[in-house]
Amino acid sequence: MMESSDPGALWRPSCSLLALQTRARLLASLRAFFAERNVLEVETPVLAHYAVTDVHISAVEAKMHLGRPDVGEAYWLQTSPEYHMKRLLAAGSGSIYQVFRAFRDGERGARHNPEFSLLEWYRVGFDHLSLMDEVRTLVESLLGPRQWLTLSYRDLFKRFLGLDPVEVSDGILAERAARVSGLTASSLDRDGALDLLLTHVIEPALKELDAVFVHSYPPSQAALARTDRVDGVEVAHRFELYIGGMELCNGYWELTDSAEQARRFSEDNRQRRLRGLPPMSVDPWFMAALQEGLPDCAGVALGLDRLLMLMLQATRLEEVVTFPVARA
Amino acid sequence: MASYSTNEFRAGLKVLLEGDPCVVLENEFVKPGKGQAFNRVRLRNLISNRVWERTFKSGETLEAADVMDRDMEYLYNDGEFWHFMLTDGSFEQFAADAKAVGDTVKWLKEQDVYTVTLYNGSPLSVAPPNFVELEIVDTDPGIKGDTAQGGTKPATLSTGAVVNVPLFVATGEVIRVDTRSGDYVSRVKS
Repeated sequence: MMESSDPGALWRPSCSLLALQTRARLLASLRAFFAERNVLEVETPVLAHYAVTDVHISAVEAKMHLGRPDVGEAYWLQTSPEYHMKRLLAAGSGSIYQVFRAFRDGERGARHNPEFSLLEWYRVGFDHLSLMDEVRTLVESLLGPRQWLTLSYRDLFKRFLGLDPVEVSDGILAERAARVSGLTASSLDRDGALDLLLTHVIEPALKELDAVFVHSYPPSQAALARTDRVDGVEVAHRFELYIGGMELCNGYWELTDSAEQARRFSEDNRQRRLRGLPPMSVDPWFMAALQEGLPDCAGVALGLDRLLMLMLQATRLEEVVTFPVARA
Repeated sequence: MASYSTNEFRAGLKVLLEGDPCVVLENEFVKPGKGQAFNRVRLRNLISNRVWERTFKSGETLEAADVMDRDMEYLYNDGEFWHFMLTDGSFEQFAADAKAVGDTVKWLKEQDVYTVTLYNGSPLSVAPPNFVELEIVDTDPGIKGDTAQGGTKPATLSTGAVVNVPLFVATGEVIRVDTRSGDYVSRVKS
């Protein structure tokens, strides 16, 4: 539906009744899927004391005034339920899932809304490969049979850009990204150039394909995944699923090493300072849970609104959410 | 002057890019979930009229361009400039040069109202209304009675514009023209 500037029309939902019904059916199907597999549904806080340190994810701050207008105690709307769910896992919950409303500052576009629905689940004893199988089963149960392709991040770049993201020099990579975008090469660091080529060249090329799993990410993009040497190259056991060029899932064989996790958080904050972003306090409860011991597990977050877009063949997120932020 | 972040860009917003005023046509936000965000923006340069496609890092800012559209009545041409007057009762006048008037010159009729785009207070462009009514000053003699048959002939209007009109329309008549296509719409009864 077109965004109208007429306030008289903005009281209406931007999605159809069919989208409402399909979402309700989707939620029922998900719950049946996980109940069948003995994965426990949980709820964790949206409002919390700490937010993620990720350089490219900004949390929305929320203030509590405690009855005094001059007092503002800072909280954050969670960008994902990951830390809280891992605290449950460390406390012995076993495999868990959650349908979660996440918030990300500034993310707005055809496939983004600052408030969105995530399906996040963790499987104790799984690695990323077995979790990818389960993602595939879930997706096909909702979208029907698909054409699947599985590629490493390295092969993805080789295939669509003729460029080896492991071997290529920073200079040549930045030059290529600059040529594609018009940005100056010096303004892009290595991961920035990779992200640019991914969004400007690879994602559009993936539109021609159906379901594509990408795995074995550069260690600099490991986030909360464990890393490993595979064929002499350091890779992160992280995967993403693209369907028709749209990013749908991000999963990890979860990092359980608390010292390595602490090192990554401080690296995030070092990067934040370099970019003039405020450093984020590290969640001490999450760190304590990791020290206590996170069971071996794999976890994945799936964009539910985007899944609904695929079910309805919608091209814009506003076709599947009731009131996108412009009218919320 | 205010500035706008790429996150605030929306169609119609006027910004300065490389020193030129531009209007945002489209803003596409792209971001790998864990990665860096970019905005792929299409803009029209209001001076050259060329469409530019640019990528910005999300959150970059551009200065706002002091560009606004105003309704103005066309007054007269002094040989060099075309003079317009605001219709808001202020009687404020603006002089547009040939570059600003551009192709609109062929639709300019005194006392009609046009949209004048001002950049830093000076006319940047002049847009005609969708329809204008102009007198035919020259066309071949009309063919009486035959109003149903197709067939057209060129007619020169009082502004110098040439439009194709049906065969039955004669010199001295006033016609309604669609300025977007340059097509004849109808005769106007005087």
